[in-house]
Amino acid sequence: MPETLSRNSHLSVIESGIEPAAVALQDVVFERQGKALVDGLNLTLSAHGTTVLMGPNGAGKSLTLRIMAGLITPGHGKIRWNGTETLPSQRVALVFQKPVLLRRSVRANLKHALKIYGVPRSEQGQRLEELLEMGHLKELADRPARVLSGGEQQRVALVRALAARPKLLLLDEPTASLDPQATAAIEDLIRTAAASGAKVLLVTHDRGQAQRLADEIVFLNHGRVTEVTSAAQFFDAPRSREGRTYLSGHLLF
Amino acid sequence: MQDFGAAFGQAFALIAGFDPALMEIIGLSMRVTFTAVVIACVIGLPLGAVLAVGKFPGRATLVVLISALMGLPPVVVGLAVYMMLSAAGPLGVLQLLYTPTAMIIAQSILVTPIIAALTRQVIEDMHGEYDELLRSMGSRRLSTVATLLWDARYSLLTAALAGLGRALAEVGAVMIVGGNINHVTRVMTTAIALETSKGALALALGLGIILVGLSILVNAGLMGLRKSAERLAYA
Ligand SMILES: Nc1ncnc2c1ncn2[C@@H]1O[C@H](COP(=O)(O)OP(=O)(O)OP(=O)(O)O)[C@@H](O)[C@H]1O
Ligand SMILES: [Mg+2]
Repeated sequence: MPETLSRNSHLSVIESGIEPAAVALQDVVFERQGKALVDGLNLTLSAHGTTVLMGPNGAGKSLTLRIMAGLITPGHGKIRWNGTETLPSQRVALVFQKPVLLRRSVRANLKHALKIYGVPRSEQGQRLEELLEMGHLKELADRPARVLSGGEQQRVALVRALAARPKLLLLDEPTASLDPQATAAIEDLIRTAAASGAKVLLVTHDRGQAQRLADEIVFLNHGRVTEVTSAAQFFDAPRSREGRTYLSGHLLF
Repeated sequence: MQDFGAAFGQAFALIAGFDPALMEIIGLSMRVTFTAVVIACVIGLPLGAVLAVGKFPGRATLVVLISALMGLPPVVVGLAVYMMLSAAGPLGVLQLLYTPTAMIIAQSILVTPIIAALTRQVIEDMHGEYDELLRSMGSRRLSTVATLLWDARYSLLTAALAGLGRALAEVGAVMIVGGNINHVTRVMTTAIALETSKGALALALGLGIILVGLSILVNAGLMGLRKSAERLAYA
């Protein structure tokens, strides 16, 4: 089958790069009501570092993350994880744009995650304390999770994702609508996760944050990648017209 | 009018004096109804959760059917159970007719659709909210159902109390399959019906007052649950 062959050769090019490909999206298309919301997306993420996904509202950033997390299945295209097509379950953690916390205490939320992630019972207690510590959640541990402030909820959601010890951490605007302090706390957690070897893919509209955290920027518009650039280059002089327009504050159509 | 006044006086005397006949009837009522509600929960909670989360052929039909069964008239349930348990019926050999067990069976049948339908509604809504999160975490089907049942615990308790209220107040089913036999199958509602028809208003009134009191308690419980669920943002 020439189709498969050409794809494989395409892939081997990706894999013979300097860094092994952690995940590669190839010609991914996701359609709804005859509209291609993700429209032939090609994106290769290296196994380490922080990639920031930027783009205007409705560009398809959240959809891309949900596709990568295996929550929605694209109509066309392929996703390859280190060259194979099977999603390494539990190695991918997603923090949603709107955090969903269970109707339990903060502690019980984290305990639930540890259980789902298959952490042995004997280790759960210690891991739980570590997570609470990490998220500065000790004082909040016994509060019902859903009465916490937005920033506190985001912190719980992020720490809960870290309970998976993910290889790939997908973050969908984790600091939107947070104050500078809460933002800094989340950014610290992201740095910690990246430093411990997780690949981070972060969606944000916050340029400062992108500059602080990104190793590279992926710019998305109308469900397509328009450029992949180093953070320094992107904020100095974006290569794509769409990137330039976005940064200049004009509306993209 | 004087009759009424006297009846009220006697009723309160019966209640205050823990009249043994009264206590026996209340005791049996409680036993039958609580057992029936527990059985209905054991069947209705998982059934409702599976209907909410599962995808299988016939699911939609089952959902409609169970919703329709919520409004079953108690006398019809009584009649159906009567036919099953009567000497000529398929379960006649068990000789359960006119026993508290028969009443428990009838009330379980009455309450199970209520619990199942309310559970399905509650769990389905919550599943809509939790589905992507739990899938992204790699939660298996069984843990997902367990998570949903636990997180819906306040609403589900509300459903159970609604079932309790219905079972406590119904008279048709227990009358038909229990037969209102003194010291054996006489419960509050059937006793009220009988005593009233005999003109023995004191006992009927005493039971009526207690029944209303219990109903108020159940509703207060419902309200309290709703309040604390809201306070914790668990609603
Ligand atoms: N299930 C769906 N059915 C139809 N349209 C959808 C569906 N999900 C998303 N869309 C549309 O797809 C487009 C991309 O959505 P997405 O949520 O990925 O945007 P985004 O890049 O994350 O934007 P934002 O910055 O506002 O979060 C939007 O126009 C949205 O309306
Ligand atoms: Mg989004």
